[in-house]
Amino acid sequence: MWKSANSMRSSRAGATLALFAGVALSALASGPAAAQGKQLTLCWAAWDPANALVELGKDFTKQSGIEMKYEFVPWTSYADRFLNELNSHGKLCDLIIGDSQWIGGAAENKWYVKLNDFFAKENISMDDFVPATVTGYSQWPKNTANYWALPAMADAVGWTYRKDWFSRPDIQAAFKAKHGRDLAPPATYDELKQIAEFFQGREIDGKKVYGAYMFTERGSEGITMGVTNVLYNYGFNYDNPKKPYQMQGFVNSPDAAKGLEFYKELYKCCTAPGMTNAYMQEGLDAFKSGQVAMQMNWFAFFPGLYKDPNVGGDKIGFFVNPAGPKAHFTQLGGQGISVVATSDRKDDALKYIKWFAQPAVQQKWWELGGYSALKAVVEAPGFPKSAAFAPQFLASMAIVKDFWAEPSYAQLLLDMQKRVHDYVVADKGTSQQALDLLVKDWSKVFGEQGKRVAAD
Amino acid sequence: MTTITQSDDASIRRISSSIASRRARHGRGLSDRTIAWLFVAPTIALLLAINIFPLLWMIKLSFTSLNLSMSYLPLRVVGLDNFSDILTDEDVWMRLQTTARFVISSVMLQVIVGFSLALLINRQFRGHSFWTTIILLPMMLSPAVVGNFWTLLFQPQIGPFNYVVSVFTGVPPSSFSMTGEVALAPWTIVLVDTWMWAPYVMLICLAGLRSIPDYIYEAAEVDRASAWRQFWSITLPMAVPFLMLAVLFRAIENFKMFDMVNLLTSGGPGSTTELVSITLKRAAFEKWRTGYSSALAIILFVTVFGAANIYVKLLNRVKQR
Repeated sequence: MWKSANSMRSSRAGATLALFAGVALSALASGPAAAQGKQLTLCWAAWDPANALVELGKDFTKQSGIEMKYEFVPWTSYADRFLNELNSHGKLCDLIIGDSQWIGGAAENKWYVKLNDFFAKENISMDDFVPATVTGYSQWPKNTANYWALPAMADAVGWTYRKDWFSRPDIQAAFKAKHGRDLAPPATYDELKQIAEFFQGREIDGKKVYGAYMFTERGSEGITMGVTNVLYNYGFNYDNPKKPYQMQGFVNSPDAAKGLEFYKELYKCCTAPGMTNAYMQEGLDAFKSGQVAMQMNWFAFFPGLYKDPNVGGDKIGFFVNPAGPKAHFTQLGGQGISVVATSDRKDDALKYIKWFAQPAVQQKWWELGGYSALKAVVEAPGFPKSAAFAPQFLASMAIVKDFWAEPSYAQLLLDMQKRVHDYVVADKGTSQQALDLLVKDWSKVFGEQGKRVAAD
Repeated sequence: MTTITQSDDASIRRISSSIASRRARHGRGLSDRTIAWLFVAPTIALLLAINIFPLLWMIKLSFTSLNLSMSYLPLRVVGLDNFSDILTDEDVWMRLQTTARFVISSVMLQVIVGFSLALLINRQFRGHSFWTTIILLPMMLSPAVVGNFWTLLFQPQIGPFNYVVSVFTGVPPSSFSMTGEVALAPWTIVLVDTWMWAPYVMLICLAGLRSIPDYIYEAAEVDRASAWRQFWSITLPMAVPFLMLAVLFRAIENFKMFDMVNLLTSGGPGSTTELVSITLKRAAFEKWRTGYSSALAIILFVTVFGAANIYVKLLNRVKQR
């Protein structure tokens, strides 16, 4: 009896184990088997241009028979998500439209496929693209002929304003009476502040409005991408142009400190309440809801704003980032498209890049709402008239400047986020102290990287 | 004639059991112990793979210079450099202070609110079950959801919170920002955390209150003890072990708090509400300083573990009393 009870128990145990093994094996077997047929996955941020790219990608599928899948992630998690993916040598993405600042890390860590040979073979010349986009999105090291991406989405910080408010006779008269000049889109930051102060708290159509919207986001890159637009124009430089990584006196020059102070003054005097942690979407919401007279944001959003039924069309105007007392630059945005080194479908991915580089495709990309970096598109005679913001976009791309694109860019960015937000929003210390601490932070990062940081 | 003695009987039993165990070893019958091990083995393997192995690997990495964004650089063993960097970093100490202030304030408030709610709920009244369910609802939400919708509630221009405050105080709603002002943001995260977790403390306290035997109160009533006297001499002393347990659980959870605060304030304004868990996440998954963040994680683990051990000893002493 003992023998038969034992046998029954052991056969039950054996059957259960066999069942588990069977389920596990079938799960393993079904995974790879499900991915049949030619397909590419393209990873990017989830925003308007991504929708345009999906539309454009249908042409590629028609021509090549390769189906396009997309993995779009909101901007707030974009770097987190995809840098994690690249760091862990994941196979999710075949193509990636990575941020311009990733290019150093991507090249050094071999996350991207180097494209020099491919460009040479397919006669794709980087001379055909806007130089700032080649340097910004494609090259590492900078200003060398080593290409890791095709410029895909040209972008920069620009400004929108309520053209309908600016053209009201009563508002124009009030401004002229106060400031002795006509109300017009500002050419300098002093003018912008004057206009912002003028509109701050004013009642328009029974509603209280505010002067300006600017980036203050803490978590990812927001406040840095905003403040650099002012800092550059007050004489801020990342390092000594003659001595790389010498930051003392360039990052924390007295002029740069004045620039940082100005950004804080503008934030305190002329923005809507509650904008302490605001980036792209909050700006769009503030502008579309008629809260602000002027809005800082990326050109990428301007096609959608122009089409907006409430604030678009004749109601919206655009202007280039204003100049400061020392210089006239604007923060470069935008991305290049790269082939991920761990992809099992590199050949197909390269086919996509070859297709995307064609002038006809680039033209359609612009028409659908993307921003082409191809000279043939942006330097065509009809381009300035092709969209209301086209002239400002062209002018901006000629004056762009970018953040560090070093492999350690994330550390450098987070250090700047902290120091700038601490000063501008949290009222901690002085602007000079904030920039002095930033030099210390950045020196430490470069030191860990093995780069020689000259003190003077 | 052969006689079977007791010793023969014992020998026969020994021989039978050795045959049986040999048969079991040869797999013709699995013992209960073996079957139990077979079923538990996958869980143990999973635990080793996702808990123990990463912990040991993390300890190893904490002694290195590993930075995943610069993995092309040669990996160096830096000894205790990461630990000394952390312990001598003023910013890290500031974050620990911020975290300590958050833990102390939020746990104190949760204990007061939770215990008060437990005292109320402990009585029978009309709609008792309904109100208990309503009170428990916040605890059932995900911290990420809570962070998101409280961000909306705190909006100075359209959020109801500012509007309600302005109704009672006369202060214009858009004149203050709960998540954007240095003085208010720390209290904001305490408030939201209390709203979410005071019901949890209430449940623990309720269990304690219901474990107090009725005859003690009856005896007190016979002795004409007032309601306050009964509370002070009976209810509170007997509920203290449960309160201490609630404090322990909430303190450990709040020390690790990340998602709700990250969504509500992103650690801002500036670094005003940057808890040490946010610093750790930024170091590990945004700056990719794997060696450094492993060392920080170990320091935090040792801190919480040590503090919890001391507290549990104290709790045991109180329970014995």
